[in-house]
Amino acid sequence: MPLLRATLIWAATALVLAVPLIAAALSPLLEWRQPVYIAAGFAGVTGMALLLIQPLLIAGLLPGLDPLQERRIHRWTGAALVLSVILHVAGLWLTSPPDVVDALLFASPTPFTPWGVIAMWALFATAILAFTRRRLRLRWRTWRIAHTALALVIVTGSVVHAILITGTMETVSKITLCTLALALTLRVAFDPGTLKRLRRAR
Amino acid sequence: MPSPFLNRRTLLATGGATLATGATGLLTPAMAQEYAPTASMRGGANNYRPGAPIVERIGGGGFWMSGTVRRAGDGAPLEGQRIQIWAHTTEGHERDWHSHGATLTDANGEFRLEMPQIVPAFGQPHGHLAYDSEEYETVFLRPVMSSAGDTSLEAHFILQPA
Repeated sequence: MPLLRATLIWAATALVLAVPLIAAALSPLLEWRQPVYIAAGFAGVTGMALLLIQPLLIAGLLPGLDPLQERRIHRWTGAALVLSVILHVAGLWLTSPPDVVDALLFASPTPFTPWGVIAMWALFATAILAFTRRRLRLRWRTWRIAHTALALVIVTGSVVHAILITGTMETVSKITLCTLALALTLRVAFDPGTLKRLRRAR
Repeated sequence: MPSPFLNRRTLLATGGATLATGATGLLTPAMAQEYAPTASMRGGANNYRPGAPIVERIGGGGFWMSGTVRRAGDGAPLEGQRIQIWAHTTEGHERDWHSHGATLTDANGEFRLEMPQIVPAFGQPHGHLAYDSEEYETVFLRPVMSSAGDTSLEAHFILQPA
């Protein structure tokens, strides 16, 4: 791949990931929030950004990485995603315990909450499956189908969750990030080319 | 000769219809339907702190929370009812004591309390209100502002005697 093209792809990716975080950092709402609440919000925004990295890696769209590196980074990004969700929920719990209890019990008044909670459980299920798939001797095909199904739940749930929230994320950067994450996940899930690529690298 | 307006068939039909609507409650006075008791909203009681003091206004003000308090059934306005209000505002979190205050309804059953500007928290710009005195059933409301830029919010109570 020509150097210019590779540089442009990396720059565009960095931009799509960085702009939502910078825009959220400029949100006027931060002035009226305590540090724990601010951190919880940013853990959520970071998680949304990590959701975009995952399909980029698996589709092989990031230049200069070999399949082994892609999958290793995908695993570490997955771990970071789990951590970001734990920090998000823990921070919100410290900020307002009853609201988080409502959320976890699916008794929340806000329509975006169940989407986030379902995405969270799907993410935890994916992490557990990834850790235990060798011990469970899952066939590659079974693992691939399970992981893809869970990934679709995680990304769809997180995207609806984020879009329905009136929060620190700026609207245009939020919708751009969400659209790209969803489109790339769908491509990775259903594109035969990607499947062939993964089969080869297995 | 049977009357053309009242025969056995019409008597049965109208009588049956009256029974069906009246006895099943389909035909109730419009007034009573209008004043069904308000149910508590999901999450309405979150970060509630019992016994917030009656105040002239909460903090520096600039935002108006208002509404009415009526009695279930006849809809009579209730005077002197204590309504407690709290929210995440420019001056504090829902859990902060200084974000809470209460006010009393006037002779028209209306209340109005000035408070700091409500800002979006937990995904929505919203306020909390409680009726928590003994006389009527407790009700917790959680109205949502249609826009984060709104500078007022309304909530209405119809209370059921306890």
